[in-house]
Amino acid sequence: MQDAILDVKNLSIRYNGASEDAVRGVSFTLGRERLGIVGESGSGKSTVGRALLRLLPGARVTADRLRFEDVDLLDLSEREMLKVRGRRMSMILQDPKFSLNPIQRVGAQVAETYLRHFPANKAEARAKTLEMLAAVRIRDPERVHDLYPHEISGGMGQRVMIAMMLLADPDLVIADEPTSALDVTVRLQVLNILDGLVRDRGIGLIMISHDLNLVRNFCDRVLIMYAGRVVETLDARDMDAAEHPYTRGLLAAQPRIGGTRGPLAVLDRRPEWKEGSTP
Amino acid sequence: MTASVEIENLSISFGTVKVLPSVSFSVAPGECFGLVGESGSGKSTVLRCVSMLTDFWSGTVRIGGKDVRSLPLAERCRLLQMVFQDPYGSLHPRQSVRTVLAEPLRIHGLGDREARMRQALVDVGLPVDFLDRFPHQLSGGQRQRVAIARALILEPAVLLLDEPTSALDVSVQAEILNLLARLREMRGFTYIMVTHDLAVVDHMCDRFAVMQSGEVTEILPRSAIAGNGATHPYARELIGASLEYEGQR
Repeated sequence: MQDAILDVKNLSIRYNGASEDAVRGVSFTLGRERLGIVGESGSGKSTVGRALLRLLPGARVTADRLRFEDVDLLDLSEREMLKVRGRRMSMILQDPKFSLNPIQRVGAQVAETYLRHFPANKAEARAKTLEMLAAVRIRDPERVHDLYPHEISGGMGQRVMIAMMLLADPDLVIADEPTSALDVTVRLQVLNILDGLVRDRGIGLIMISHDLNLVRNFCDRVLIMYAGRVVETLDARDMDAAEHPYTRGLLAAQPRIGGTRGPLAVLDRRPEWKEGSTP
Repeated sequence: MTASVEIENLSISFGTVKVLPSVSFSVAPGECFGLVGESGSGKSTVLRCVSMLTDFWSGTVRIGGKDVRSLPLAERCRLLQMVFQDPYGSLHPRQSVRTVLAEPLRIHGLGDREARMRQALVDVGLPVDFLDRFPHQLSGGQRQRVAIARALILEPAVLLLDEPTSALDVSVQAEILNLLARLREMRGFTYIMVTHDLAVVDHMCDRFAVMQSGEVTEILPRSAIAGNGATHPYARELIGASLEYEGQR
């Protein structure tokens, strides 16, 4: 692929003390696009995201290739990784209640990203922070800057997280279930903000989610994972043309507004999905 | 056995905060009624009041025509049971399935326990040898089946379902929704189901109430979802957002 930000080939991950690999032979490339990774809990989707940021101490990560722009993520030292993590590649986590520091004002937490990665004084960092809070459509950035996480709603918390992660202007953002803790009315708002910023800035996005509706509407391409393997890769708009029985099973299991109300299709898991490629 | 649920002017405050100002709705015998709304809107609180898990409310709640307040505890438990959201949190980690299912039978002095426990597992589609398993030996979907079996074992008429599938994967959710639909068909249960997913409401419920800040803004038939037939602004917004999210704008 032209202008690839990320090139992953044959990535396998085994947690410390585990008898099986959590991720097996995953390969994909990512350009300036939005890539969805979907699968059930335990399919290894979050593990892939964490491995890219090298957030798996103790786990054994092997790959033929794990390249992010000009750096090889496999043999980067931790000191060099600090210059990549948060600066060139960052991660939005599921629940702002747990990912924001409860005893620090949100503005200070956002500013920390800037102070950590750029030679700036506090006043400059504050100006940048306010600008970024406005960019995630927080109406009164001055006021919100001085609030604590418990004083803001979940949707606003997640917008603060997005501001924090995009402040250093990274080339790749990994969003791990960014909206599953939010109400449906707020969810769309947050997704639209994230989507707008990612497109405007030409950032590569990996959206990790269990929600097929979400990846269908907010991604260009989708990897479907089952038991640590990628079983199918699809263009998001061709989701209904999925061929792998697992993908088709997931789609059929989802109740839909205006559906028939007949019994929902139930996955008949086949052992061969764990091995080999397409059915 | 089947029973209606009538809620009139249910109101409750936690400290100085009025959580439910005045909620009223009624559910016909054998109906599946949905409660939707954003987090903090009081959906779960309604269920906790109806089941008397929270008892310092005012107003009237009648189950099958009987006031829940004046029902003796044992009779209330035989009439209504609750299934909670997170099957990882609602089963005791040190109790086997047998212990979980035997306790209500013992308390209510019901005989023929072994047969009843086996039947409850069969009803929820689990093998009977699961009686001797512990929660950590079960998957999320299997745990939720055990929680449903626990609710069924006293043969209640009303089941209160508090987001019974939101902690589960979509494939497992399908199994649990199918199970709940089948049980309702077989036994004529009355369900009140709290959920944040309108697709689930559309699949399961006959009518539903949209809640916001403790108030029921609107009660709608299931058919109002697909074309967004709501009139209250918040209900319209919620249904609109759900349709858009499904890509059905």
